[in-house]
Amino acid sequence: MSAPVISVRDLTVRYGSHQVLNGVNLEVERGEVMVLLGGSGSGKSTMLRQIIGLDRPFSGTVYVQGIDINHCSPQELKRVRRTMGVAFQESALFNSLSIEENVALPLRELTTLADPVIEIMVYMSLAAVGLAEVGKQMPQELSGGMKKRAAVARAIALGPEILIFDEPSAGLDPIVAAALDELILFLKRAFQMTILVVTHEMASAFRIADRVAMLFHGELIAVDKKESFQASTDPRIRQFLDRRPDQMADSAAVQHRFRELAGLTETT
Amino acid sequence: MKVLETTGSGVIRQVNYIGGLTVQFWSSLRAAPRVLPVVGKRGRWQTAMRQIVAIGVQGLPLIAVLSTCVGFILALQTAAELRRFGAIQLVISIVAVGFTRELGPLVTAIVVSGRSGSAFSAEIGTMVATNEIDALRTMAIDPVEFVLTPKYLAAIIAVPCLTVMSSFFGIMAGAGFMYFTTNMGLRMYVTYVADSIVLRDVFLGLLKSVAFATIIAQVGCMEGLKVRGGPEAVGRSTTSAVVKSTFLVILADLLFTAAFYLLGAE
Repeated sequence: MSAPVISVRDLTVRYGSHQVLNGVNLEVERGEVMVLLGGSGSGKSTMLRQIIGLDRPFSGTVYVQGIDINHCSPQELKRVRRTMGVAFQESALFNSLSIEENVALPLRELTTLADPVIEIMVYMSLAAVGLAEVGKQMPQELSGGMKKRAAVARAIALGPEILIFDEPSAGLDPIVAAALDELILFLKRAFQMTILVVTHEMASAFRIADRVAMLFHGELIAVDKKESFQASTDPRIRQFLDRRPDQMADSAAVQHRFRELAGLTETT
Repeated sequence: MKVLETTGSGVIRQVNYIGGLTVQFWSSLRAAPRVLPVVGKRGRWQTAMRQIVAIGVQGLPLIAVLSTCVGFILALQTAAELRRFGAIQLVISIVAVGFTRELGPLVTAIVVSGRSGSAFSAEIGTMVATNEIDALRTMAIDPVEFVLTPKYLAAIIAVPCLTVMSSFFGIMAGAGFMYFTTNMGLRMYVTYVADSIVLRDVFLGLLKSVAFATIIAQVGCMEGLKVRGGPEAVGRSTTSAVVKSTFLVILADLLFTAAFYLLGAE
């Protein structure tokens, strides 16, 4: 078995005294679609920022393609980043550039390819996500789903080995979200990419995932094949899968506080 | 003890801020060759040119009007006193030297700080809020080289040009004043102006304007990069950029003037 493409070891992240990730370990194998699930505030966006090298951890290491991205030289980090494509939740397209120019940006900046070659590559990337006809338009003229697909086109422009999605289905209607799921599967099939998806949309997760990892209050509580994950009996996973709300605040305590506020009981 | 603590943390914060500005300034200087025409990366110089147009060409009408107004005000205020001593011609020297050394760079810096410093901060702040800066970093594109340096180069080219124009309009306002009060012709006025200023005055004014442009561009960009949160944070960053850059420009002006005075250049 080949070495994992992404390897997170004992990752701990703190913001001041608040611990967001607590000794997380995760390995993403070459060619698989790994979905990182978790509720709001579970630390999945923080973990994603660590994996793409945007923030530094309190302790622990993140290896991408075998390179420790927090302790490597800037040149090595640059090389690693060229093998990764990231599609952000809000698309992060440059509003001052057309869709074509957005997709061409990494090609113009990081390669010495001639303009006609770049034009062809941009067209191919846009065609792969079904946006070949809107290249001349500006990002603000596109719908939410089209913007996300344009962000994917930009992410795949350099032919990355790793593709990372942050909440791809967020804010999209079910049909557009399903189309995006199909696009992810298509990219995996067509380009044999390793794909990491951060989401809390279970339908999408189980459609695209080979394996699922789940974060719960900063700890990784499961990393499993999606079938095993769906059959899990862990109450924390079951609550998430069965869409059961957290227990409401203790009603006795709440009623006591109400009485205090109304002056019916002495403040403790 | 509390006062000491508050003062100490305030001083540390300010030192930290100036340190951050210095690091950012150094990074943009190092990236400058990659933005220059011919030797730089493709597309970078065009970005800088667009910024030069935004700062310089679009800022010129406001600079022209304000400098003309300030020129008139200066002439009116000094003439009122100098007339009593029969030395109204000295108004010409005061306006010429005042604008070349001091008011030209200062008026320009204040206008550019309000127009372009705030625009830099808003643009970069929005890019931070919408993850565009993060996207650049993940694409292995240096945000300093891609976003900051074209703005900085544009500022240090456009601001000295605007300063020359500001001095021109201020001095021309003096010409208008002298024509209306003493019927002095333009040719004679220009002769007086040429006698009043020396090349060193022009050089010192331009040196100041480059320093002011550096402050405005670096502060504007840094305030934008510091944005955390949504549109509200972007709004706060623009206000902060204008307030801090105007304050630092005036502080730098004082230091320059004091240094020139002590070195005998004033």
